[in-house]
Order: sequence, then structure tokens, then C-alpha cells
Amino acid sequence: MQPANLFPLIVVLVAIAFALGYARSRALAMPLGGIRNLKSLPFYYAARAAMWCGLPALLILACWLGFEAKVIQTLIVGSLPAELRPDTAGQASLVLSQISNVASGALSGDFAPEGIAAAAERLEALRAQSTFMMTALVLSIAVLGGFIAWLRIAPHINAREKVESTLRKIFFLCAALAILTTVGIIFSVIFETIRFFGKVSFIEFFFGTSWSPQTAIRADQVGADGAFGMIPLFVGTLLISSIAMLVAVPVGLMSAIYLSEYASKPVRAIFKPALEMLAGVPTVVYGFFAALTVAPFISDIAEAIGLSASSQSALAAGLVMGIMIIPFVSSLSDDVINAVPQTMRDGSLALGATQSETMKKVIFPAALPGIMGGVLLAVSRAIGETMIVVMAAGLAANMTANPLEAVTTVTVQIVTLLVGDQEFDSAKTLAAFALGMMLFIVTLLLNIVALHVVRKYREQYD
Amino acid sequence: MNTMNPNIVNETATTETRAVSAADTDISHADNGYGETVGKPFTDNPKFALRDVEVYYGDTQAIKGISLDIRKNQVISFIGPSGCGKSTFLRCLNRMNDSIDSCRVKGRLELDGQDIYDRKRDVVELRARVGMVFQKPNPFPKSIYDNVAYGPRIHGLANRKSELDDIVENSLKKAGLWAEVKDRLDSPGTGLSGGQQQRLCIARAIAVSPEVVLMDEPCSALDPIATARIEELISELSESYTIIIVTHSMQQAARVSHRTAYFHLGHLIEVNETNKVFTSPQHELTESYITGRFG
Repeated sequence: MQPANLFPLIVVLVAIAFALGYARSRALAMPLGGIRNLKSLPFYYAARAAMWCGLPALLILACWLGFEAKVIQTLIVGSLPAELRPDTAGQASLVLSQISNVASGALSGDFAPEGIAAAAERLEALRAQSTFMMTALVLSIAVLGGFIAWLRIAPHINAREKVESTLRKIFFLCAALAILTTVGIIFSVIFETIRFFGKVSFIEFFFGTSWSPQTAIRADQVGADGAFGMIPLFVGTLLISSIAMLVAVPVGLMSAIYLSEYASKPVRAIFKPALEMLAGVPTVVYGFFAALTVAPFISDIAEAIGLSASSQSALAAGLVMGIMIIPFVSSLSDDVINAVPQTMRDGSLALGATQSETMKKVIFPAALPGIMGGVLLAVSRAIGETMIVVMAAGLAANMTANPLEAVTTVTVQIVTLLVGDQEFDSAKTLAAFALGMMLFIVTLLLNIVALHVVRKYREQYD
Repeated sequence: MNTMNPNIVNETATTETRAVSAADTDISHADNGYGETVGKPFTDNPKFALRDVEVYYGDTQAIKGISLDIRKNQVISFIGPSGCGKSTFLRCLNRMNDSIDSCRVKGRLELDGQDIYDRKRDVVELRARVGMVFQKPNPFPKSIYDNVAYGPRIHGLANRKSELDDIVENSLKKAGLWAEVKDRLDSPGTGLSGGQQQRLCIARAIAVSPEVVLMDEPCSALDPIATARIEELISELSESYTIIIVTHSMQQAARVSHRTAYFHLGHLIEVNETNKVFTSPQHELTESYITGRFG
């Protein structure tokens, strides 16, 4: 049976185990004088039976699916005749893909060497065998587990404690998963980054002011050694992000203040969802807006007042990006401002403070940590945003502080480096990982610094 | 209590039935079956002159036509069972009800002859003259100094740092907190104990030199020692301020106030000199309440 069918079957078995467990615990309880004579409620006995039924089976299913392909491949390669046996990892994958193509019928067996056709048949057989074994094993474990748990339902067993501790472990695993993913991401980037620094020096990457990642694909190709100075990219990122934050923080904050302190209920009911809808617009659409409406508008105005502006500019990308992240600032700030206790407002108003004085001197300082959280989230969004920049600010790695010129950002360059035909171990592709690593470190530092600043200046209310 | 005195329950019930029938026949009249406010609600030269005050929360009427005078430099306490409208009435006096959207106030409320609810009235100026201390101590999450200096700074009461220092010191002294905090004016006000926090809030309220201080159950979150300290303070402050205090403790009302007003279900039942209210109440509801039969 295919895993896609197996999974719902397990769910059904779990439900049956739950129902049977529930029925048995009730049945055991009745002669004793009701369910209050059980150590736990029937629900817990049933839940325990369901867990015994489902968890081991799912675990085995996951392991089997994880290792199945690898094991079969090893068996196939091992059984190949000597003349076909691959010497390198590259050859092995070539041979294996040939075999699986023959097996799936994409490649006719008549055109393949004899050994390959035989291997393809073996592959088919092994796969069928594996699927059968998996189905049998998983289902029998599910049934067995459920049956054992069902048998072990007894009034003196405290099933509640067991269910709670299992749940605690599941929660822990979910929390650990997020951390493990982060660690995994770091490691996947670190090794490529180290390889990159084997080809390009630290000094060039960190202090170089020129970015032109063209490397020769063939040895005899002319020109283009490539320049890998990251400074122009970070300057561009900084420029666009600052423009975006200059738009988003004041507008977002003030709209949050308006919504939480001044707006009447009907106004709030319209404005808040409308503002949050800004966050739901796909960035590509913002990109259109920036490239087709805002950028020409800016270059027209700049020309009208005698400045030269390119058709793609950091200003256009920054402005539109700022509008995009307004809801991140306003929505979170609105929530934390509302969370400041009413007694603080009353205390200030009763002293004869106006609403804006109360806001400025009492509520804002008390809400600062939450507001900073919103701003930080917005900064991360601004730094990570790619699509608007590609469309509105261009790809040219200019090192400039002039917002009317075209610039590019780190994320845009990562995308362009990885798109297109490239050897995966060239300096050009590896540079993407180094940039990603730097971006990760920079945002991490930013977060740490901001958290410290907030901790220092927050006014804690209780 | 009820088993000992079954007739009391009957009495209350009759009163309420009477109230309903009277309300049906004559809604416009203020007494609604509870009769006119007994005792002495009116005085010469009042600080506050309040006439036919009605307060509505949406469609519910919380205050049902109350008339009362409050004299200058006196302490008056509002007592009555929970939900009787004491706090609502108190919050009308400096328009703290304004921030509640559904709340409407009718009637004539005057402070020194000027209408509090006049459309052109500056609420900021009103609240600077009528300060307030709340049930739960609510110091700002700032230093002790900044808490007290908050009001004076807003109203520009000090031209120099030294003047501000003086105001802070004097207010803390009046609130009886100076000795305890003079060495740590920079530490946060939220780090003080409950009783100290409430005295800090009183210091904060009197730092803007108000004429009236409203206190909404200022001791309900405090232990007996802190309560005694605050009551002492109220007596001292009454020499220079008009103080209106809402309290659930009849002993407290008896100890600190010159006059006492008894509220019941949005009506003002009885107002009189405190000793008269507690020794010879004229209204049966007042008597039941102060003798602890209900409320």
C-alpha cells in the first residue's frame, strides 16, 4: 500500500483504538460504581490507547520512508555486474538514474545495457517488496500497540499522568524542531561559505568596494575574474531599508496611536483590517506599483526640480517597501498600546494631562518593548525583501548614498547569483552563501542590540 | 443573620416593591419611591453644587437624579453597597467618565459656580483643579521623582529645576512619604510597597495644587497599617483641600469625614454630619446598611 493511503488508515486505527479504549475503561468502571473509581477519566485511557496505536506506527513509517530509497540503492549498486559498477559518486548517480528511468518506462530497456535492464527489474521487485513489508509492519505495529494499551487499561493505572508526560514530550519536540531548523540552516550555509573563502580572500569580500561576480566558465574564456566586494550591496540594502523604515515607522506608529487612542469603534473596525490588508498584498504587485507608478513619478519630479534621476531608484523601492511594512509596525504597536492598563491612562488624565501628553509620556514608554518588536520585525522584512528591489531599484551594484540612483541589495544579488547556468562550485554561486551568512549575522546582531536597548529604556508596568 | 431577623428581609422587599410601583406612576420625579434625600444635602457657599444629576451607560441609568452640595475644605465620604453608583458619581466631578463612550451625564454640576459639563469647559484645567486618587495604586512606571514631577511639568508649575525639586519634596512630605524615599528618588515608583505606592499617588495628585482631591476607595488594596497612615493623611490634607472619598469601610468614613452620604441603587438616600449618620440615621435603608444588615 502506498504511504499516502497508509496514513489515513493509521488515523482510522487510532480512532478505533480511542473508541475501544473509552468503551473498555467505562465498562471496567461500571461494576466498581462509576467512573469516579478509575484513577483517571475514561478520556485519558482512550487517549493512551490511541497514542500507543498511532505514535510507534507513525514513527516507523517515517523512518522507513526516510531510509527506503537509500537502502534499495545500495542493494542495487551492490548487485550490479563488475563492468557496470560505478567508481565515483557522480557515476553512481548516473547509473542509478538510468536504472530508475528504465524501471519507470521513461527509457526503453532495449537501448540500455543488459545489466541495467536486469537491475531495473530488480529495482521494481525491491520496491514492491519494500512497500509490502512497510504496510505489513506499520499496520501490525499499530494494531499491536493499540491492543496492548487496550489490555492494560485497569482502574488502578493513572493514565492521565502518562498522557500528560507524552504530550509534554511532543510539545518539546515541536519547540525543538524550530531550533533545529535554524541550526540546520546555519550549517548548510557555513560549509559553502567556507568553500567560498577558499576561492576569494576575506579582505576582498569584507572591504572590497566593487561587486561584479562574473567568473570565467571555461578556462580559455576572456576576462571577468570577478570582483566580490560586499560593501556596495550592504550599502544598497542599508539605503533602501532606511528609506523604508523612514516611511513605515512614523506612519505605522502614528496610525497605531490613532487607532488605539482616538478612533471611534466603527472607524477602527474599518481601518484596522484595511491596514492589515496591506501586508497581504503579494510583493510582486508592490513591485509593479513601484516600477510602473512610483519610479517614473519620482524621476519626473526629480527632473522638474533639476536633479538627475535614473528610471530605477532606491527611493522608489524604499518608499513602496515602507508602505508594505506599515502594517507590521502599526498592528503590533496597536496591540501593545492597547495592552497598557487603563489605570495608567486614568492616572495621567486625572492629573490634567491631555491625551497626547498621556500618550507621549506614559503609554509610549510603557509600550516601548512591544513597539520595538514590531519595528524589528519590519526591519527584518525590509532587509529580506527582494521582489520590490529587483523591479524598482535594479541590479546595478552602485555604491552610493544618493536615493535617486539605482542600487541593489544583498538578497537581490543572492537570487541573481543562483539563477542561471553555473557550476555549483564556482566562486559566483558560492558567493551567494557567503552573502546569506553575512545577512544572517547582521540581522542577528541587529536583534541583539535592539533587545539590549529596549531592556535598558523600557518602563515596566505591573 | 437572616434567620435571626426574618422581618428585615421582608422590609427590604417591601421597599423595593414600593419603588417599582412609584416609578411606574411618576417617572419624572426624582425621588422614585425612595423619597427625597433625607438629612442636609445643601449647604451655604458650596464648592460643588450638584443638581438633579443623572448618569446613563447606554440605556442603563446608573445615577437617578442626585442633588448634593459639597463644602470647601471638608471631607465628605460616599458610602453604600457595591454597584450603588458612588464611583460613577465621583468620576463625574472631574469628568473622568468622558473616556467611556457610552456614558452620558445630565443635570447641572457646578464647581465654584461654573458648569463642569459646559461645552466650552477646558477639561485639562478642570482636572488640574480636581485631582483624583484611584482604588488601585497606579504609579507610572517611572522614577519616584518623575511620578511626582509629572503634573507640575505638564502644567508648567516650575520655572527652574530647584523649584521643581521643592514641589516634589513638599508633595512627598505632605503625603508622608518623604522620609521613606528621600534617598532613592531615582528608583522606580512601581518598586514601592502597596501603601507607599498609594501615598506616592496622593503626592502626585497634590503636586499640581488641586483644590479638590477625589479618592475612589483609596485603601481597599492596602493593609490596616497602610490604611491608618492614609487616613491620617486625609485628616491632615483636609485643612487645605476639599476631599471626597468613596469607601466601603464605614469605620473609615466615620474616622475621616465631616459629612457622609449614603447611596443606594443610584439614589442618594441620606446626607448628614458623619456622627449623625452613624448615631441616628433618619432613613431605614441607611440604618440597615450601617448596622450591617445588608450591603
